[in-house]
Amino acid sequence: MKHIKIINVGNLNKVDGKGCGECQTSCQSACKTSCTVGNQKCENTEV
Amino acid sequence: MIHKYYLNGHHILMDINSGSVFEIDELTYEVLDYFPDKDKCFDLLGTKYDEDQLAEVWNELTYLKNQGILYSEDIVLDEKIIKNRDVKAMCLHISHDCNMRCAYCFAAEGSFNGDKLLMSYETGKEAIDFLIENSGERKHLEIDFFGGEPLMNFSVVKDLVEYARSIEKKYNKEFRFTMTTNALLLNDENMKYLDENMANIVLSLDGRKETNDKMRKTVTDEGTYDLIIDKIKRMVELRGNKDHYVRGTFTKNNLDFSKDVMDLADRGFKSISVEPVVASPEMSYALTDEDLDRLINEYEDLAVRYLDYWRSGKGFDFFHFNIDLHGGPCAYKRVSGCGAGTDYISVTPTGEIYPCHQFVGIEDFVLGSLKEGIVRTDLRKDFERVNLTDKKACNDCWAKYYCGGGCFANAYNFNKDIYQPYELGCELEKKRVECAVMIKIVQQAEDRDNQN
Repeated sequence: MKHIKIINVGNLNKVDGKGCGECQTSCQSACKTSCTVGNQKCENTEV
Repeated sequence: MIHKYYLNGHHILMDINSGSVFEIDELTYEVLDYFPDKDKCFDLLGTKYDEDQLAEVWNELTYLKNQGILYSEDIVLDEKIIKNRDVKAMCLHISHDCNMRCAYCFAAEGSFNGDKLLMSYETGKEAIDFLIENSGERKHLEIDFFGGEPLMNFSVVKDLVEYARSIEKKYNKEFRFTMTTNALLLNDENMKYLDENMANIVLSLDGRKETNDKMRKTVTDEGTYDLIIDKIKRMVELRGNKDHYVRGTFTKNNLDFSKDVMDLADRGFKSISVEPVVASPEMSYALTDEDLDRLINEYEDLAVRYLDYWRSGKGFDFFHFNIDLHGGPCAYKRVSGCGAGTDYISVTPTGEIYPCHQFVGIEDFVLGSLKEGIVRTDLRKDFERVNLTDKKACNDCWAKYYCGGGCFANAYNFNKDIYQPYELGCELEKKRVECAVMIKIVQQAEDRDNQN
């Protein structure tokens, strides 16, 4: 493509097998006053 | 839903439901204002641009849409999984007392507007038992030793870690401990212990000496910088590559907070988080709407300097610029946000249970106690419902899957309603996400160029 460069092909809306709930709670990382979840790591190794 | 923006010389397009990211040219940026209305687009832009060029852009956008990565389908989640919210993380208020007197402290000198108390071993043990009993199938359990200042009750911390470790195999659990400390009591012995036993260590320091000392004071009202800087350096050296954050808070007193972040970076700290203060608007140091433009500029400047340092081999992590475009948490996590009041709770030295540390001391938010369990099931249901699927205020926001709906305590502090997000916080979060994505695009491109 000449005008658009794909940086990342996401699949956030493909949710089968997701939602194990094992990932870190955001407030346990560093943020105690500003919730951010987009920078947490996924712990699900089976998907 | 899409979001497009221009930052630091880059036109960026994000597809919100899929999480796809694109870098686009200026023409595409304009065409997107009309997509999918082709007639209108060609009518209005046909006088300004060559029709063949417009057709090329149109075809590329149509191709991506057909691939399901632009204007992608909505996220449809299984309600049963959303509502399966066993407790998995606990903020353990090991000390409701503090050896500092920070001006912005939401914990009222550590006491959270109650008595100055240290948690007993027995209460801590009951809290760990409660966590295990209420954690269902969750394997990874998190405990943050919090305060006040948790090192004021260090012997109980050590005993509780030993207790949790002694029973985790029996219950097929894995504990991860973190500590948030002001560093004043750090010494060789406890530093070694924390390094060996904590999954993450959060060390409080606001940045430049003058910034830190204006807000972070001793009990005799003196600045703390000179008392803690060397200790924090030693802790971080010992820590090496293991998880830790040097974490600060910015207020109206240091709207130029990017200088504080850079000061921390210049001192060699590689893992930094500096966050906006949470304070009632009447406080002199509270951030207000009039500060927004200045703060937005600060984040943008910081993003540019962050990249400069990365290029020159002096790179560091800034918590809010960390984003994993290719992975990161799944939609269930993003919809449920921080989990306060459901999978995340706080426990006080007297065994009261609150939705999170920010609500401790507010009587209306007592969920229950270790003795009685969660008795306010109505309140727990409120926190269960306050996720993105039910939160009208976030429906049309492009950043919702990055912030998870924001901090419920901020929403309550400012709007007396956990469903109504704190708008200034929302605007800052959006800018941080824009900066984070731009940074990843630049890093990805320059890494590729360097390899070729």
